[in-house]
Amino acid sequence: MNKSIHKVLSTIVPVRHENIDTDQIIPARFLKATNKDGFGKNLFRDWRYHNDDEAQPKTDFVLNHPIWKGRILVAGKNFGCGSSREHAAWAIKHHGFDVVVSSFFADIFKNNALNNFLLPVQVSDKFLDLLFTLTHSDPSLEVLVDLEQQLISIPSTGDSEAFEINNYKKTCLLNGYDDIDYLLSMRPEIEAYEKQ
Amino acid sequence: MGKTIFEKIWDKHVVKSIEGGPSVLYIDRHFIHEVTSPQAFNGLEHRGLPVFRPRQVVATADHNVPTIDQHLPIREEHSRKQVDHLISNCARTGIELYGLGHPYQGIVHVIGPELGVTQPGMTIVCGDSHTSTHGAFGTMAFGIGTSEVEMVLATQCLMQSKPKLMRISVDGKLNPGVVSKDIILHIIALISASGGTGYFVEYAGEAIRSLSMEARMTICNMSIEMGARGGLIAPDETTFAYLKGRTFAPSGADWDRSLAYWRTLSTDEDAVFDREIRINAADIEPMVTYGTNPGMGIGVSGMIPSSHALPESEKNSFRKSIDYMGLKEGQLIKGQPVDYVFIGSCTNSRIEDLRMVAEFVKGKKKADNVEVWIVPGSKQVEKQAREEGIDKVFEAAGFQLRQPGCSACLGMNEDKIPAGKYCISTSNRNFEGRQGPRARTLLASPLTAALAAVTGKVGDIREHLN
Repeated sequence: MNKSIHKVLSTIVPVRHENIDTDQIIPARFLKATNKDGFGKNLFRDWRYHNDDEAQPKTDFVLNHPIWKGRILVAGKNFGCGSSREHAAWAIKHHGFDVVVSSFFADIFKNNALNNFLLPVQVSDKFLDLLFTLTHSDPSLEVLVDLEQQLISIPSTGDSEAFEINNYKKTCLLNGYDDIDYLLSMRPEIEAYEKQ
Repeated sequence: MGKTIFEKIWDKHVVKSIEGGPSVLYIDRHFIHEVTSPQAFNGLEHRGLPVFRPRQVVATADHNVPTIDQHLPIREEHSRKQVDHLISNCARTGIELYGLGHPYQGIVHVIGPELGVTQPGMTIVCGDSHTSTHGAFGTMAFGIGTSEVEMVLATQCLMQSKPKLMRISVDGKLNPGVVSKDIILHIIALISASGGTGYFVEYAGEAIRSLSMEARMTICNMSIEMGARGGLIAPDETTFAYLKGRTFAPSGADWDRSLAYWRTLSTDEDAVFDREIRINAADIEPMVTYGTNPGMGIGVSGMIPSSHALPESEKNSFRKSIDYMGLKEGQLIKGQPVDYVFIGSCTNSRIEDLRMVAEFVKGKKKADNVEVWIVPGSKQVEKQAREEGIDKVFEAAGFQLRQPGCSACLGMNEDKIPAGKYCISTSNRNFEGRQGPRARTLLASPLTAALAAVTGKVGDIREHLN
């Protein structure tokens, strides 16, 4: 797993549905593991296969189609709603994505993604629509996500949009830090808080 | 300027604020269960860290457990392994576990309140999105991911950005047959499954104030279904009366001290919310969902809406959802046949829910074409139901009273709804495949579910009240 993110230049994988909940991203029956491995192959499991059978892929689903590949997943608004399962972020990351783009993310999913060096990029409805439209006419379309500049752009057309991320999380992602490192360094303050 | 309850609790728990970033927030109580904790314990072990404050953590096994023959070893291998991991992790780190066989075992959001662990003014987290349930006591309670579970185990703190604040006031009195589940389904249908994202909600108004603690829990429980970080209700005499005498509630001088603090937990008159919504309780009907997110709900007398009026970008998702459900735009929801009835989950599995169902069902029998599963939220709820003879009412009606767990709410154990079948469910999510691959879920109140159990179809409970 990449433990830092700077720039991602890649083709995109479009899933044009709204309100994609974490039960779709990784169904509950796959949450029985006690480690973080192996979730990638069950990403979007029930949208990907007929009758839960890997020998019967749904050919019209993007992950089963060879023309759609890349490190950037693009999905409709309210992505990652529902259950708090971090397994959803693990499944997306393990499948090979480093960025998820949507016009709106559910709060818990966004935190989970950031804690796994999976960058959630929130764009306007208009920019999201542009991404869907352009990639459908040309699946080889490349998109550049630049965390340092907080900018998502389409090099071939020159379209771009700035995105938000708080400074603390940006520093973490750029440098591969996680919250636990920071919180452990706060131990004296935490103990002082407990005594008050 | 005055403060909201949320701000009062938040301010009291900030250990440190980071410029342009999140705050380090102290967590009073941490609930854990078998599904979202194993990787967090692995993480601690990998870093060579102990659990920082094991006495502030409470564990139970709920998501995976069977709801029949709980005295036998769990048959499904992976579920058994996960529960075994929880047992060994808790034993090794000194965390109190109310596992299978323990008289306190049950769904984490049912046992916290019933044991008096959940108290006003606390910060409470759990690796489960329905942690918002505990907000019914005037707590700041929210769901977290497994990395965050690890953070809290390691430091009893979390990094959090302050959410925006929304107040939803439900004014006036509810109509007969309308219960708290209908209020929250009405709210979510009104503002959509994403309408609360980025916000923490305070529920207020006469209709909320008049609810029992258990009914308030149902409301706060589903805050996450509109995307809200959490939802809370100001503690009042109803809250204090519920808490008094509970196993882990304060007693003696501690009680008096706590009570004095709890009484300060109300939103000041001049406090300001980022968004305010007012709803008239009289406008709320018994609700049923027809789609695959909890915002797709209508009054039971209503028609499934048409996709024509929707923006172009939303049409696809809407039609996919209606297709999945095997329903039609413009169809009346009333009269829709169901195959299964599930009464349970952290939303509606408490004793008042079971009483409500039993009172309606007494002397009636289930419809021939349905299977009815009643899954109590905890061992204590189950015991109480038996003491009150509720088990006999269910037995006579042909309902199965099972043992406590999350069960068919998410189908992690054997309790799955078969593909293509319709289940009217008192749970919280109607997502595709939630209750089993290709299962079709209609969310409703325990009363509306009870009516469907005896008629075999969706009906209007108001036509059946004495």
